[in-house]
Amino acid sequence: MRALTWHGKHDVRVDSVPDPEIVNPRDAIIRITSTAICGSDLHLYDGYIPSMKAGDILGHEFMGEVVETGSGSTLRKGQRVVVPFTISCGSCFHCSKHQYSACDNGLPADNQDIAQAAYGQPMAGLFGYSHMTGGYAGGQAEYVRVPFSDVGPIVIPDGVEDDKVLFLSDILPTGWQAAEYAQIEPGDTVAVWGCGPVGLFAVQSAFLMGAERVIAIDHFPHRLELAKRFGAETINFEETKTYEALLEMTGGIGPDACIDAVGLEAHGFFADNVWDQIKVSTFTGTDRTHSIRQAILACRKGGRVSMPAVYGGFVDKFPLGAFMEKGLTLKTGQTHVQHYLPGLLNAIMEGKIDTTFLISHRMPLEQAAEGYRMFHDKQNEVTKVVLKPGMDLSQAA
Amino acid sequence: MGTDLTDIQHRDAPVTTSKDSDRAAAAAEEIRAPKGDSLVGKTVTINRPRQELYDYWRALAQLPEFMENVERVEPMGGNRYRWTVKAPAGRTVEWVAAVTEDRPGAVIAWTSEEDADVANSGRVEFRDAPGGRGTWVTATLLYDPPAGIVGKVIAKLFQREPAIQVRRDLRRFKQLMETGEVATGAWTQAQRAEEMN
Ligand SMILES: NC(=O)c1ccc[n+]([C@@H]2O[C@H](COP(=O)([O-])OP(=O)(O)OC[C@H]3O[C@@H](n4cnc5c(N)ncnc54)[C@H](O)[C@@H]3O)[C@@H](O)[C@H]2O)c1
Ligand SMILES: [Zn+2]
Ligand SMILES: [Zn+2]
Repeated sequence: MRALTWHGKHDVRVDSVPDPEIVNPRDAIIRITSTAICGSDLHLYDGYIPSMKAGDILGHEFMGEVVETGSGSTLRKGQRVVVPFTISCGSCFHCSKHQYSACDNGLPADNQDIAQAAYGQPMAGLFGYSHMTGGYAGGQAEYVRVPFSDVGPIVIPDGVEDDKVLFLSDILPTGWQAAEYAQIEPGDTVAVWGCGPVGLFAVQSAFLMGAERVIAIDHFPHRLELAKRFGAETINFEETKTYEALLEMTGGIGPDACIDAVGLEAHGFFADNVWDQIKVSTFTGTDRTHSIRQAILACRKGGRVSMPAVYGGFVDKFPLGAFMEKGLTLKTGQTHVQHYLPGLLNAIMEGKIDTTFLISHRMPLEQAAEGYRMFHDKQNEVTKVVLKPGMDLSQAA
Repeated sequence: MGTDLTDIQHRDAPVTTSKDSDRAAAAAEEIRAPKGDSLVGKTVTINRPRQELYDYWRALAQLPEFMENVERVEPMGGNRYRWTVKAPAGRTVEWVAAVTEDRPGAVIAWTSEEDADVANSGRVEFRDAPGGRGTWVTATLLYDPPAGIVGKVIAKLFQREPAIQVRRDLRRFKQLMETGEVATGAWTQAQRAEEMN
């Protein structure tokens, strides 16, 4: 089959590789119909994530048609499914509590060592995201092997087009969980740092959860414009002092809840990045590491901070004093995707949530390398690239 | 004045976690007829009943399903079993070990026989986990540190570090018992076969 493979910094290629097969009983093989490039994929592209090997297949946001099932799969050939980016078993203690991203069994036993050393306990596996998260082949390909296919994928009813449901795989549930973790109450003002896909879905979700006002912060005009369309007020941090503006815009109180959807530039989930960050001290001077500090300082007393943004290791100058004195609550974590899928699919079917606005580019899988380049170089205009294997070039838009 | 509080020993933690290696070695006393001087102890929580886990392990012949370096465990009659373990360069090494303790649903212990090339002994204990969370499985292993050709075998057997091997085997046992399969990133059967070698 054809697949987008990683070969090094800024070097990804569409190669011919072996077709995936059923390896374990609960596996299914999916023929990919749509697969997106994620902001997190850019960290692989930029070479920030250790334990990558040349030839690794990328991609963790994908959907398609079931073409083969193992004896333990509950899927049937021909069904259309969206697949969560987290690989979770469904039967361990954490999965039974719906803490899917904390699954004990998603990572192969040998790959658990690094995560355990870095974080104390190993986390769930991830598709297409280095060998520390399991070395699973990703979905920027014609076909993919999906483990635990009886608990992960959600079946999509006929007639619902891919573009409407593809983002159930990662960024929509991530934005939704971020808003849920902000524990929004009627009358609340919610501030959201970052208007990437995660921040934009958090804006949309916050309104659905009853926020009175949402204030969105970014510096890309196009992305701020998208937030505005959902009814958010906006702050361009390049022209505005964010903390001062937030206080003025809330009568001196500060937002009731703050969502950090930015994360570290060199983020990733791993210990090595810690050392990178310490060595490359320039990162501590960038705006990006500021977002969580700013959120804690601006947040009203007794307020909530929600942090979907990924951080890898230690963060310098974390305002622990402000956090304690104001009695804030912080909730964070990788998304428990499987937990949110049925509810979010319903919301899409009922027209309460629209995700298609995000897609700026659709292209054939064969042009995936060009898609990475564009997404990397033009963040303002390129909000989301969706790759479609087999797509006719003339349909590209 | 009553008891001096500083004299009270606070020793609820397992001896295998002691910073004092002499004290840690006391875990060996749990194993009948212990063989070997180096000790490893690890516990994993498995979300399944104790008896079910014991039954799977006690069949011994099934151990290769999750112990990737063990090729076969064959019953020889009585409580003796022949272990065949993968060695470098496609070779294997064998020894006979006897089950020295067997309490259904609770404990299995084994010890290699006198002439074994690889002296080793171990014990696996199954206890109800608190809060209805299934079973605590604790494996304790004693072995002779590697030397010479035997050292090479041991290195392969325990992937150089017995603590790592025990930890990984217990994780695979947990995966098999909780999910019915052992997790792998392989996406073709050929890749999976290669991983197992
Ligand atoms: N928790 C999870 O499971 C999960 C899942 C997916 C993504 N994520 C993480 O969520 C974060 C956002 O993801 P994304 O795909 O939307 O990323 P993105 O890079 O597309 O968006 C981040 C946005 O933040 C803006 N920004 C940068 N510095 C800022 C600052 N100081 N203040 C305000 N805005 C700032 C950028 O201009 C950009 O538009 C990333 O850290 C990503 O890794 C987490
Ligand atoms: Zn993603
Ligand atoms: Zn699980």
